[in-house]
Amino acid sequence: MEVDSVFYTDHSGRVNANPLLDQLPSYQSLLYRRKSSTVASKRRSSSRARLGSSGSGKWGVSTFGRNEEKPRSPVPQRPVRELPKTMAEKRTDKTQRQEENQELGRLGRLRLSARRFLRRLRDDAHERLSSLKLWRGDIHLIEGTFGTGILSYFSFLRFLVALNLFIFVLMFSFVMLPIIVAPSASGNITYNQNAGGPCRVYPSSARRGLVIFHEHITDLLSGGGFLEQTYLFYGYYQVDKIYFPNGTYNLPLAYLLVTVAYLFLSLIWIVKRSATGFKQNLVQDEDRFQSFCNKIFAGWDFCITNENAVRLKRSSLLYELKTDLEEERIKQKIADRTRKEKCRIYLIRLVLNLFVIAVLASCFYSIYVATVFSQKEQIKNNKENFIVDLVYEYLPSIVITMANFITPLLFSVIINYEDYSPAFEIRFTLMRCVFMRLTSIGVLLFSLWSQITKCDKEHCMCGYNHKLYSCWETRVGQEMYKLTIFDFIIIVAVTIFVEFPRKLIVNYCDCGLAKWWGQQEFAIPQNVLEIVYGQTICWIGTFYSPLLPAICTIKYIFIFYIKKVSLMANCRPATRPFRASSSNFFFLGVLLIGLALACLPVSFSLAQINASQACGPFVNYNTSWEVLPATVSQLPHGIKTLLFALSSEAFAVSFFVVTWYVVLSGIPSVDDNWCFLSLVILSNTSPPPPPCSLAMFYVIALAGAHKRVINQLREQLAMDGRDKRFLIQKLCQAQMVSGVNSPVSKSQPRRSSSRSSPSYHTSFSNNFNEAVFLAQPPPNSSTHV
Amino acid sequence: MGTTASQLGKDLLSEYQELTFLTKQEILLAYKRFSELLGKDEKDVLHERVPMDRILTLPELKSNPFRKRICYVFSTSDSKNGSLTFEDFLDLLSAFSDSATMEIKSHYAFRIFDFDDDGTLDCGDLEKLVNCLTGETDETKLTAEEMRQLISNILEESDIDKDGTVNLSEFQHVISRSPDFVSSFKIVL
Repeated sequence: MEVDSVFYTDHSGRVNANPLLDQLPSYQSLLYRRKSSTVASKRRSSSRARLGSSGSGKWGVSTFGRNEEKPRSPVPQRPVRELPKTMAEKRTDKTQRQEENQELGRLGRLRLSARRFLRRLRDDAHERLSSLKLWRGDIHLIEGTFGTGILSYFSFLRFLVALNLFIFVLMFSFVMLPIIVAPSASGNITYNQNAGGPCRVYPSSARRGLVIFHEHITDLLSGGGFLEQTYLFYGYYQVDKIYFPNGTYNLPLAYLLVTVAYLFLSLIWIVKRSATGFKQNLVQDEDRFQSFCNKIFAGWDFCITNENAVRLKRSSLLYELKTDLEEERIKQKIADRTRKEKCRIYLIRLVLNLFVIAVLASCFYSIYVATVFSQKEQIKNNKENFIVDLVYEYLPSIVITMANFITPLLFSVIINYEDYSPAFEIRFTLMRCVFMRLTSIGVLLFSLWSQITKCDKEHCMCGYNHKLYSCWETRVGQEMYKLTIFDFIIIVAVTIFVEFPRKLIVNYCDCGLAKWWGQQEFAIPQNVLEIVYGQTICWIGTFYSPLLPAICTIKYIFIFYIKKVSLMANCRPATRPFRASSSNFFFLGVLLIGLALACLPVSFSLAQINASQACGPFVNYNTSWEVLPATVSQLPHGIKTLLFALSSEAFAVSFFVVTWYVVLSGIPSVDDNWCFLSLVILSNTSPPPPPCSLAMFYVIALAGAHKRVINQLREQLAMDGRDKRFLIQKLCQAQMVSGVNSPVSKSQPRRSSSRSSPSYHTSFSNNFNEAVFLAQPPPNSSTHV
Repeated sequence: MGTTASQLGKDLLSEYQELTFLTKQEILLAYKRFSELLGKDEKDVLHERVPMDRILTLPELKSNPFRKRICYVFSTSDSKNGSLTFEDFLDLLSAFSDSATMEIKSHYAFRIFDFDDDGTLDCGDLEKLVNCLTGETDETKLTAEEMRQLISNILEESDIDKDGTVNLSEFQHVISRSPDFVSSFKIVL
């Protein structure tokens, strides 16, 4: 035992259950908090501690703490089902409470029954809602077979399906529906006139004459030809205003506002979903503060039912524990490094990071070159060969996919030489892959725009190259459409042509190659990156191609079933387990990065690049954003001043200050979600750009997490203080008693020792006899009744 | 099979809804599964006590390394043989359900992990716990040195009063800050 241990151990080295510890105020307050009815516990305290089902009174209430507590007002009663007791005990509690409730006035009883009714209603609503959730059976099966880590991937996928469906409904109801119902609702549609100026020429791209079948396929896969002038792309929405009998519907304004709205609402939904896991992870992640306890006490997924999965889970836990213990030893080694070694390591890291940057730069350059080449080929319109045409169309997608395939392998090789701790290695590699994936879309868009705004002469007449790109938004939409389709094709192709053969080879072929390659692992980070990549494309592309969310919804539904089948048939879980909680944080964090990255191109093209004048709703405006100020200037004067006031700097700053004050002062009634949302709202209306708002969000979350920890520590300190006072009291009583007994102390020890249990010595029992504990009769908390 | 769900009276159903965290569907499903465990001559689903080895044939418990401890903890039998009545079974499902509070879960988790039933988790309990998690055979166990390191890490993180054991309040304190606990301590039929 350690030097500062206070309690005597018996000969086997174990400390016996200690009734003094049970008397401490901190422990008592915990027990008291679990008792909801004060009357019942008083009645029970007259008989000795009543026993729970396991038959030991440790779970019962000890009497003395109760009497020493200050008398306090009755605690608001918690529902019976929150008490850790057997059914029979809960029933008796309930009948006791009902008897007590008879004594309450009519108002009290009414209030209680109202509360119970509301609780019942809420439970029923929850039950109904959760039975509506998509794929419940499938997800339950996956959970039982693979545990909660992989489950989190599939519930993330389900969330994305819901998100895309929501975005589509938004787009459909505000942009497409008015156009569709206008004829039947006797609305009068005014189209943007095509008259005047070379900017407004829009050659039709529909094919004429005899069309060969494979050209239809090309059109379907590339979004050109017959698909170009349909609801699928921006160019079709050439409506200016729709005049209904009741009012006017301003379609350009609606289009713009829906774009802003879907980005904003996606942000809110993701923030709401991530609020809890985010905060906990922030506090714990850095410190390895509780990682061992978390792994041991919360390490087992009780929902696993499959025998095989149990075996795998056990081996993965073993692996994880061994790795963590080894990492502790490595950390010790790192701390012991000499200066010379440190310099060497830093030099190596610098060189390798430069290498990584060079690799990234070359990838981006190749994407740029491929995009430029592909655009030139499409404009030339040389129909050589069906396959070659398709390859030219899809060249940017192919290059992006190849880059995203090679770079993770490269990164995982490089990281070995950089000599970080294992956990950091994984995280850093992941960060690099995320950056690579999401920035490649940005590079694609940038290269597209450089083509669009480049004209023969220095200054473009229409603000963009109207000869080559008479409707540039449709072209961008087509590229996004192609990226989506290609992404889906690749996922299906890899599953069918790589994973299934791999399984066959590994199972039926006994050669060394098969053993080395091994069975397919379901690598969660890579899979998550894939779908976040797809979602980022969807966010960017919805402005240019309003039907894209619907396509993405269907795509994700298919991906769910493909991945599920592949998982069940081919894969085994990863050896390095992915924790459910940290995975939630990781998924939503990456998704937020994707959203931020999606906002940038969209806002840039809305505000900076001139809208094409030959097609689309914004023909009559310079840039797409202009429709908003134009509409606001036509509003009545009162509303105008109100809007200006709301969006002014002064208001934003003062709102910001108020929210900050509220958060930091920790007003307990304020919900953390409200803080996040309000901060997000205000930060998006005020000058700081979205990345800044993300940083603020992070800081707020960190503050919230620290606040919780501070409160817990404060409570603990208060409890420690009370424990100290209690022990000092006991000591004084003991001193008094021994002072009284000292004349006859010589004859007492034998008799008193027979009464007290032999394990209750303290380190200063040499000075006082066992009467220390007889100031009050010992509670029988360790005996069985 | 014999018994049907309609034999569970409406009053009893609503009482169970009030006393546990289970929804009506879950209680009915539990009733059905429990009645399947009974033998041909045991008709009284509500009061019959099912021995532990039959309970352990349930697929949700069959492969669980803590199955025996779960049965012992939730059993109300006087002879402590792990047998469960229907109400014990409901208590079990309620503690492991999605909507149970953190406090209930941590309380029962503590009792399940307390292999020697002495009210605290000492080194022996922790060692048995780790072996349950990793497997009992020699090649799946940690070495003695690693076990020692692991147990000392756990005690360092959770033992506040430094008495070498983890008592209930320390356990609940540690669990309350563990992000994985609520999602992993779950059994759904």
